Amino acid sequence: MNFQPLDFKANARKAMADPNLREALSRVQTNFSGRRAEAVARLPEFDQLRHDARAIKDHVLAHLDVYLERFEQKVVEAGGHVHWCRTPREARETILSLCRKVEAKTCTKGKSMIAEEIALNPFLAANGVQPIETDLGEYIIQLADEPPSHIIGPAVHKTKAQISDLFHEHHAKLGRTQRITDEQGLVNEAREILRQKYFDADVGITGANLLVAETGSSVIVTNEGNGDLTQTLPKMHIVIASLEKVVPTLEDACTILRVLARSATGQEFSVYTTFSTGPRRPDDVDGPGEYHVVLLDNGRSAMVGTVLGELLRCIRCGACMNHCPVYQSVGGHAYGWVYPGPIGAALDPHFIGIEAGQHLPQASTFCGRCEEVCPMQIPLPAIMRHWREQSFSARVTPPLQRYAIRLWAMAARRPALYRLGARLAMGALALAGRGRGRFARLPLAGGWTAGRDLPAPAGRTFQDQWRGARE
Amino acid sequence: MSAARTAILNDIARGLGRAPLDPAAQAAVTRRIDSRTRNTVPLRGQLPAAEQRDLFVSQAQAMGATVNRIGSTETIPDAIADYLAGHNLPTELILSPDPDLTGLPWQRRPLLSIKHGAPWPTDMVGVALAVAGVAETGTLVLHSGAHASTSLNFTPDTHIVVVHGSQVVGAYEDAFDMLRAKVGPSWPRTVNLITGPSRTADIEQTLIMGAHGPRRLHVILVENQTA
Amino acid sequence: MSAEPKTVALFVTCLVDLFRPSVGFAAVKLLEDAGCRVVVPAAQTCCGQPAYNSGDRGDAIAIARQVIEAFAGFTYVVAPSGSCAGMIRHHYPALFAGDDEMKSRADDLASRTHELTSFLTDVLGVNAVAAQFDGTATYHDACSGLRELSVKDQPRRLLASVAGLDLVPLPNAETCCGFGGTFCVKYPEISTDIVSRKTADIVATGAGTLLAGDLGCLMNMAGRLQREGHDVKVRHVAEVLAGMADGPAIGEPA
Repeated sequence: MNFQPLDFKANARKAMADPNLREALSRVQTNFSGRRAEAVARLPEFDQLRHDARAIKDHVLAHLDVYLERFEQKVVEAGGHVHWCRTPREARETILSLCRKVEAKTCTKGKSMIAEEIALNPFLAANGVQPIETDLGEYIIQLADEPPSHIIGPAVHKTKAQISDLFHEHHAKLGRTQRITDEQGLVNEAREILRQKYFDADVGITGANLLVAETGSSVIVTNEGNGDLTQTLPKMHIVIASLEKVVPTLEDACTILRVLARSATGQEFSVYTTFSTGPRRPDDVDGPGEYHVVLLDNGRSAMVGTVLGELLRCIRCGACMNHCPVYQSVGGHAYGWVYPGPIGAALDPHFIGIEAGQHLPQASTFCGRCEEVCPMQIPLPAIMRHWREQSFSARVTPPLQRYAIRLWAMAARRPALYRLGARLAMGALALAGRGRGRFARLPLAGGWTAGRDLPAPAGRTFQDQWRGARE
Repeated sequence: MSAARTAILNDIARGLGRAPLDPAAQAAVTRRIDSRTRNTVPLRGQLPAAEQRDLFVSQAQAMGATVNRIGSTETIPDAIADYLAGHNLPTELILSPDPDLTGLPWQRRPLLSIKHGAPWPTDMVGVALAVAGVAETGTLVLHSGAHASTSLNFTPDTHIVVVHGSQVVGAYEDAFDMLRAKVGPSWPRTVNLITGPSRTADIEQTLIMGAHGPRRLHVILVENQTA
Repeated sequence: MSAEPKTVALFVTCLVDLFRPSVGFAAVKLLEDAGCRVVVPAAQTCCGQPAYNSGDRGDAIAIARQVIEAFAGFTYVVAPSGSCAGMIRHHYPALFAGDDEMKSRADDLASRTHELTSFLTDVLGVNAVAAQFDGTATYHDACSGLRELSVKDQPRRLLASVAGLDLVPLPNAETCCGFGGTFCVKYPEISTDIVSRKTADIVATGAGTLLAGDLGCLMNMAGRLQREGHDVKVRHVAEVLAGMADGPAIGEPA
């Protein structure tokens, strides 16, 4: 399966015709969105926390260079290493050379969107290091050879029956030939298969929800505990993080963690929140012998100080997509790149260019729900509008759309002419629609009438009637 | 200093319209980190001590943990043995190697078999000591060290955690302050905040307990003694 | 109410002007009943959202200038639409960032501009209308009014005073109907899918009439309800509040 952002319309059409996906997406709505609302209602300080969380990130972004340097300093003090990478390629190669250093044959992986962003798995596999996804959702889509369709629920698009088939197909070679059909049985089987892999892996790779400058810690949040087994058991722990993840202190981490789980899954707190600082100490009972942070830029440093800089506050909770009417219709794969939903519509064009990503910021009703629920108060519609402006001025917007808008604007800028034209056009339309009061089909209005009737205008415009009656 | 590091720091500074790592920014960051200023702390995290314990218990239970409030450390072996018997669980325990755990009167319950150290995949019941319990979400705080195994918090099917009433605090910030006071400048490799047993909702968003970590989290809250 | 009538300039909105003038007359009646004198500046066409949301900033600015000019000097500007009022209140000032003179004129217009139900309740203190409507209705919160102007309680408070009206809550009332201005013609299939969820919620209420405060959303929902063959009448909230809901509903024959 290979979705491209430029094929957004076709991807969307395919998605909307998939009954399994539709069922899955309706669950996203009831579960994630419904539970978020309940969690927010239980915490009277939620809005104040959002305000604080935003202020923390704004402060960090205004001092980002210094915070990154402080973070690095603390990591080094604790015996770890920080690898600065400008591009996905630099990050991939850094990770591969670290794996080779410990002669890794397999590496376990916690969930990481940055790993998706740099396309790490195929690269490692092609170079002799087998990556093993351990988050259950990631494990499922790794078996299916698909990208995640949601940033916190990578396999939300899969049904239980599809997962049952996948496990049956892939686990048979491990001697598990019996088909399992219930959720608990499927979870148990994945648990048993992955358990040995944690112990066998040479390297454990995790992402980071936060980096703490005060202590040099990376922080991950999971419900399964997979990220902890991933980082505790192997010889080496590699953290992949983008550079905007840093926060000043543990106090600041507390504030962001309070809004993260509530916004994401509606939980009061995720089950496992883990602060990792350097490698195991000499007399520690267990833990990895080496600790490396691969710090990815990938164009983020260039966003600082621009209109896109606000996107660097994002904590990847997924609330924007959980509440997006477009995402709910088309799912994550239709977007065709790593980050789906409103955050993707605002962020992806920065990575892939406005030409390739042109549909993403256009495919929004601007309903504003994403901004309303965003724990970091990111003005997502405004940033999508910024991309639309780029698209319009660079003539990426299709000519027909551009001309239609310019033509309409030309009329709208000439009120007298506009009134005359409106009177004539509406009069004619009203006449044509007189019998039914609406149109099921109308030339040039196919976009509207394909799925709904078009109400016919009443006849004389308001302006016309008002001026006739009162002036 | 790598070329990438320099380039990234320069790009950021350019966006901010100043020199990289400029002294005023350095000073602002130092002030901010050293001040350790608390942001908004929910009122529920600021209750009187007795109410905090009740909140800790109810929140931990709401997150799927079971809690047993006992009077003294002496009876921890009894509480554990009874819990295991009551749930038909194995009686072989692996203890995190903390003298406060290994030194308990385990001989009171001779049917328990006791090991300590880092767990093997076959160890089914692990016992650990928390450094704090956080009332606001029923969260346990544990950290790595010479006397604590981190993998023990994740590999056994059943995770039993002992926490003292005097260590139950209102908010996460309180727990970090306790930890700072305890460990000084040498921050531990791993600090685990644990809230309920492992779970996943990755299959059709149905909540299933015991994804990769423990299927059960049992908290023993020792009420009447200080740690 | 003071003896001196307040003068209100009505921003008709392009959709009301073209498709459903009765909403404009309902707004006029509501304002006049509340003691206002209503004027309708001739030099108005549209607020400029189609250009603004298509990325055509140049035309959006030109249209905004025209609106700022046309509505200069009026104490109040009122629109029977949260979307157009939101455009003027929130987005006009942003269009003129960097142009101090125009920015201050845009700020000034923004401060004088109101959505109709919010103006009646929040500014004029009207809490009841003298209208009768026999039937069950449900109310959809159009996005811009809800999120940009906090229009939520105001229309419901006024509807509560309409004699004979039984207002039933709409599930997911705050979820977008899929109209989205030019979105609905650029991505018609997605728009249709979104509005189909909305119509399912509407039909589930059993209400005979659907009300909202934005004509674009209303036309979208009416068009889908009619395409699906549902007999739910669709009207702008102002028609019911003004007691002018006796004409054909949106998309109904005259």
